[in-house]
Amino acid sequence: MQDAVRELVRDGDTVAIEGFTHLISFAAGHEIIRQRRRDLTLARMTPDVIYDQMIGAGVANKLIFSWMGNPGVGNLHAVRRRIEHADPAPLEIEEYSHFGMVCRYMAGASNLPFFPIRSYYESDIPSVNPKIVPMRSPYEDGTEVYVVPPLRPDVTIVHAQRADADGDAQIWGLLGCQKEAAFAAERVIVVVEEVVDEAVIRKDPNRTVIPGAIVDAVVEEPFGCHPSFAQGYYDRDNAFYLEWDRIAKDPETLDAWLGEWVYGLANHREYVEKFGRAYWDGLRPEPALSGEVDYGRYA
Amino acid sequence: MSDTASTERGYSKSEIMIAASARLLGGAKNCFVGVGLPNIVCNLAQWTVAPDLQLIYESGAYGARPERLPLSIGDPTLVTGATAITSMYELFAYYLQRGLVDVAFLGGAQIDRFGNLNTTVIGDYDHPKVRLPGSGGACEIAIHARQILVIMRQAQRSFVDQLDFRTSPGHSGDPAHDAARGWSGSGPTAVVTDLGTYGFDETTGEMTLLTLHPLVTLEDVRANMGWDPRVADDLGETPAPSQDELRLIREELDPGGVYTK
Repeated sequence: MQDAVRELVRDGDTVAIEGFTHLISFAAGHEIIRQRRRDLTLARMTPDVIYDQMIGAGVANKLIFSWMGNPGVGNLHAVRRRIEHADPAPLEIEEYSHFGMVCRYMAGASNLPFFPIRSYYESDIPSVNPKIVPMRSPYEDGTEVYVVPPLRPDVTIVHAQRADADGDAQIWGLLGCQKEAAFAAERVIVVVEEVVDEAVIRKDPNRTVIPGAIVDAVVEEPFGCHPSFAQGYYDRDNAFYLEWDRIAKDPETLDAWLGEWVYGLANHREYVEKFGRAYWDGLRPEPALSGEVDYGRYA
Repeated sequence: MSDTASTERGYSKSEIMIAASARLLGGAKNCFVGVGLPNIVCNLAQWTVAPDLQLIYESGAYGARPERLPLSIGDPTLVTGATAITSMYELFAYYLQRGLVDVAFLGGAQIDRFGNLNTTVIGDYDHPKVRLPGSGGACEIAIHARQILVIMRQAQRSFVDQLDFRTSPGHSGDPAHDAARGWSGSGPTAVVTDLGTYGFDETTGEMTLLTLHPLVTLEDVRANMGWDPRVADDLGETPAPSQDELRLIREELDPGGVYTK
């Protein structure tokens, strides 16, 4: 992870760490904080606790998003302090709706100049974001749509359950826009619970979401999503999301948390060890295996 | 309704909001669910008035069968046992924009008399007093879901004459304009608060008080909203939650009382 972030994430980059509640690479976010990247533009549909931590640590000066909050809990206090009080510095924002953000990635991933959607009608959102533009269909119906521009992150970082050494990555459970955000990016880091043999991937090609051809680095980082989750591997740590509300409310407790859990540790392995084995055992779900399908052999 | 009164009545404000909302889902097939109260409402409806209800979460879970109360709309319990898991694009484009969603729940920090909602900002956008989460999927849900149900607690600061920001469009106040919009959604159809239930007038699109919850007066309602509300000629009383509904809420859906106390 140190090498991947050192080589692929640069000061001033637009960085997308995606994952809709599921598969959010907290491990990568922490490494970016640890390496003290600066002036990043952070893009994400749902700036969640990871961006509160990163923005609280001062790595970014702009946020592109569609819903900011601590899902199921409430606010992102560090982000709000920056927006409401420029404390300790202002934070530029550029906001969309979820569908708009998804389609920005779609346009970026598909090499299109814009993407049309039926949204934003009679909403004030376009009035505060000039990049959301009304347009009429050139065909007979003349339907009014709004278009959004492509989002092309310099770096997209996604977590997946598994990948082979080339970065062919498989995901199950909530897919978010991992695929779209990866294809839209200039550089891609895939972080996984397990690096597996290529044969494992080839046995179930429908599950491959990101091909190694667009991946620049593969990092094996077990529990790398915590407190987010990896379906089938560990549960969402809801208690931590609730606890973050208390931690982030006061800049001093936030700084102390970053000191203890990010700057004070060399890497994510130490973070995992610091929680201890019993903690991770408590987050492990009972198994619920999928049935197997028969792809057939056509020799 | 004071807390004492609610104790006398044998149910909480949240419980009557949940029961009244669930009854509105009778016959619904595909429902876009949020976390918190809407999640409990939809699960209650599945047990009572809408056994065929498919729960859709914007995280991409379709036909979810959660085995525990999810804290967030992206909980892993929504995945295991679901009918389908879709990408975000498929969910918003194929399921929502194409018009498959019958009912969706929305809420907000502010609502106006035409059901327009603000989830973006209190105060000036560039110098916000309170920065709220933003749209999420709400803006497109408001446009495409055939019916919108709003569950919100009522107060002067949330039921306002003028929104600080219109995140999600409701009715415009001009029925001819609304009819010509060509959206698949019909705009907000019901609002359930801790004081009563509202519909929207068919000719003006204005929120109209239909029922008061037991022990609530018209004065209570007026004291907790920023405009003088239109009141139905046949203003009724919201039926209290039945023993069966209360048992399901307390024993099956929210045994910890996280959302319903």
